[in-house]
Amino acid sequence: MKMRIPILKLKDCLIVSIQWELDDQTAISFQEDLLEKLHTTSARGVVIDLTPIDFIDSFIAKVLGDVINMSGLMGAKVVITGIQPAVAITLIELGIRLENVSTALDLENGLEKLERELEG
Amino acid sequence: MNIDSVDIVTEWDIVAARQLGRNEAKKVGFGTVDQARITTAISELARNIYLYTGKGNIAIKEVTEGNLKGLLVIASDEGPGIADVRRALEDGFTTSGGLGAGLPGVKRLMDDFKIETVVGEGTKISATKWLR
Ligand SMILES: Nc1ncnc2c1ncn2[C@@H]1O[C@H](COP(=O)(O)OP(=O)(O)OP(=O)(O)O)[C@@H](O)[C@H]1O
Ligand SMILES: [Mg+2]
Repeated sequence: MKMRIPILKLKDCLIVSIQWELDDQTAISFQEDLLEKLHTTSARGVVIDLTPIDFIDSFIAKVLGDVINMSGLMGAKVVITGIQPAVAITLIELGIRLENVSTALDLENGLEKLERELEG
Repeated sequence: MNIDSVDIVTEWDIVAARQLGRNEAKKVGFGTVDQARITTAISELARNIYLYTGKGNIAIKEVTEGNLKGLLVIASDEGPGIADVRRALEDGFTTSGGLGAGLPGVKRLMDDFKIETVVGEGTKISATKWLR
């Protein structure tokens, strides 16, 4: 069983909405797919929406952190949206700081934020 | 007393263990934040079994103490054991290129936390969350 997370393109941004609980394989292929798509589309920004995600463990946190750093290396900005209160609390208790991450409340705000950052 | 358990052999068993944990946490009456804490803790313990030992088990059990209700998670394996428990509990200590957040994280996410480990024999970690 292998699921792939769809990655949409809107103008020069990629939009990823994570709709179900991430297993390890899906997380890893998401990382590869996103970098590949950044490369082929020359997108300059990415919004990753986590609204339906109700927990994040250290493995998923590491994959997300790596995705953000790797996207940065490829010249793209990442905004994370829709982090639930329970997820924010458990991440901090796990001792995980997602460094240099731009966040926004929801997908719409995330896209606006990204557009502003790309213009500025 | 209610006991449920999942053997951890493949990655998919990690998913099964945390789903079981979330369901049990809901049944006991934990709110969404504690459900997330318990689910995350189980995920960390199950992944450690998957990564560092051949095979192990996650057991989830409703417990009571006086009029306190709680959920006990027991992660047991017959792996290599942990030689230096103090270091393993330090934030950032990892032998696998991880974040080293798992064990210290579980300790903070849960209320009671105990490690019994013997090098060459295995590890048993018990962690309880109490309903307030
Ligand atoms: N069940 C176990 N059996 C043997 N060694 C273990 C076990 N659990 C953890 N360890 C050891 O303790 C170390 C710390 O574990 P911890 O879960 O805190 O971090 P990690 O697994 O390395 O990284 P992360 O959990 O952040 O992905 C591990 O690197 C491993 O060496
Ligand atoms: Mg771990």
